[in-house]
Amino acid sequence: MYALIALGYTLVYGVLRFINFAHSDVFMVGAFIGFYAGRGVSSASTTSGIIVMLVAMLGCAALGIIIELLAYRPLRNRSKLTVLITAIGVSLLLENVGQMIFGATPQPFPEVFPARKFEIGQLVVSSKDLVVLIVTLGLLGALRFLVMKTKIGTAMRAVSFNPQAASLMGINVNHVISFTFGLGSAFAAAAGILWAYKFPKIDPLMGITPGLTAFVAAVLGGIGNIPGAALGALLIGVIETFVRGSRWSTWTEAIAFVLLILILLFRPAGLLGKLQPEKV
Amino acid sequence: MLEVKNLHVSYGAIKALHGVSLSVKAGSIVTLIGSNGAGKSTTLRAISGLVKPRAGEILYEGQNIAGLPAHQIVARELLHVPEGRMVFANLTVQENLMMGAYLQHDKNIIAAELELVFKTFPRLKEREKQAAGTLSGGEQQMLAIGRALMSKPKFLMMDEPSLGIAPLLVKTIFEKIVEINRTHGITILLVEQNANLALEISHYGYVLETGKIILQNESAVLRQDPKVRSAYLGG
Ligand SMILES: Nc1ncnc2c1ncn2[C@@H]1O[C@H](COP(=O)(O)OP(=O)(O)OP(=O)(O)O)[C@@H](O)[C@H]1O
Ligand SMILES: [Mg+2]
Repeated sequence: MYALIALGYTLVYGVLRFINFAHSDVFMVGAFIGFYAGRGVSSASTTSGIIVMLVAMLGCAALGIIIELLAYRPLRNRSKLTVLITAIGVSLLLENVGQMIFGATPQPFPEVFPARKFEIGQLVVSSKDLVVLIVTLGLLGALRFLVMKTKIGTAMRAVSFNPQAASLMGINVNHVISFTFGLGSAFAAAAGILWAYKFPKIDPLMGITPGLTAFVAAVLGGIGNIPGAALGALLIGVIETFVRGSRWSTWTEAIAFVLLILILLFRPAGLLGKLQPEKV
Repeated sequence: MLEVKNLHVSYGAIKALHGVSLSVKAGSIVTLIGSNGAGKSTTLRAISGLVKPRAGEILYEGQNIAGLPAHQIVARELLHVPEGRMVFANLTVQENLMMGAYLQHDKNIIAAELELVFKTFPRLKEREKQAAGTLSGGEQQMLAIGRALMSKPKFLMMDEPSLGIAPLLVKTIFEKIVEINRTHGITILLVEQNANLALEISHYGYVLETGKIILQNESAVLRQDPKVRSAYLGG
C-alpha cells in the first residue's frame, strides 16, 4: 500500500521535480469517495469492490488534474520553494474542506470486498490481506507496463528527462504532466481505498501518517525512480511490521522519520537513485 | 518557404536578437554562421517556439507561426535539432526514434521512416536497444537527426551538428545532411560555427553578429568575402 502512495510522489517528482505534498490528501479523498460509493453499491462482492475502486480512482484522477491546472501550472517557472509552499497550502485546504464536509470524527468504512478467511496449511490468511496484496501487485504491474511499454509512458519518461526536447518532438508537455498527475492521484485513491478497507476508520486527516511514510519510502528507493519506490515501500513495510511486533512498538510511527534522517545523511540519492546535480 | 521578418527576442533584460530577417527557399540549404553568443541558437529557438519573440514575424508556408507553442510547430513538419543534441539519455535508441514519430499515428509510415533512418545511419540500427546516454557524441548527433527525420519533416533546422565531434565523423554527418536535402527534398536551415564546412554545403548564407544580420549572400560568394575569411574562416 505504501508502494501505491509512494509511486504517486515519485511519478510527479520524476516529471516536475517537486514534491506534491497534497498527495496524501488525495489519498484521503480517495477513501472518502470510496466511502460514499461503497454505501451506494448494494452488497460486498468482488465486482462492487472493483467498481468502488474505479470510481475513486477516476474521481481522484480528475482532482489531481484540477489541482495541477489551478495550483501548480501557473507557477511552472517560479522557484521550487514557491511551488512547495503552494503544495502545502493545497494540502491544508483539502484537509480543512474535508473536515467541513465529512466532519472531523472518524467514520466506519463499509466492507467493499467480500470477507473470508483462507487456510493454507498452518497459515491463516484473511481475504483482506489477500485483496490488498493482489490489487497492489496488479496495479504495480499495470503501471510498469504503462510507463515502460506504451507511447504515453515513453513520453512521460522523455518529458521527465528534458521537457524542451520533448516539446520539439511534438509532445504537448502540459498534457503529459496532466496525465502524470491524474495517474499518480488514481494510485493514491486506490491506496486510500485499500487502507480504509484494511483499517476501516476514515477521517480527513488520515492521509498524513501514511503519506509521510510513503514519502520516506519514495526517498528511500530514490525519488523519481519507479522500481525504487516499490522497493522502498516494501522495506519500510517490513521494518514497521517488525518494530510493531517488538518491544519498541510504540516507536513504530517514528521509524519513518528516523529512516528519512538516515537516508539523507548517508545516501541522499536513495537505494536505486543516481545522484544528479540539480537542474537549473 | 520560411521568411523571418524583423525578429526581436529578449531573455529578461538581455536582448539577444534585434531585428533579424532571413528567408529560406524551399529545397535549399541555408546556413547561419556567427561567433559565440551572436544569437544563432536563439533564432532557431524562436522559430521552433521554444522562446517567444518580443516582436517580428515568422512566416512559414505563408502563415505567421511566431509565438505558437513548440508542439504545434512540429505538427507543421518544421523540426528543430537542438544544440547539444538533447537526446533522451534515459530512453533506448529505438524509444528516442519513436518519440520523434510521436505525432504520426500510421504504423506503416512509422515503419517506413524507421527504415529510412536506419538506411541513412546504419550505426543506429546496431545500437537500437542501447540507452541513448551510452552512445558516443557522434552517434548521439545521428540519433538527434534521425529522431527529427522520424516525423517526416519538410523543413529541418540544425544547431551546430559538428559540436564536440571528431573531424572525420563531422565530414560523414555533413554528407548525410546533403543527402537528406537532395534525396528527401527536405529544406534545411543550418547553424554552424564551422563556417568553412557550412558554406561548402549550403546554397545561401547569413552572418549574424550580436543579434543582427551583418552580411548575406550566396555561400560561394561569402566564402570569398575578405571579412568572412578573416573573422570565421581563419584567414
Ligand atoms: N536562457 C538564457 N537566458 C539568458 N540569456 C541567454 C539565454 N540563452 C541565451 N542567452 C544570451 O543570448 C545571447 C545569444 O545566445 P545564443 O545561444 O543564441 O548564441 P549562439 O549564437 O547560439 O552562441 P553559440 O555559438 O555559443 O551557441 C547570448 O548573449 C546569451 O548569453
Ligand atoms: Mg548556439
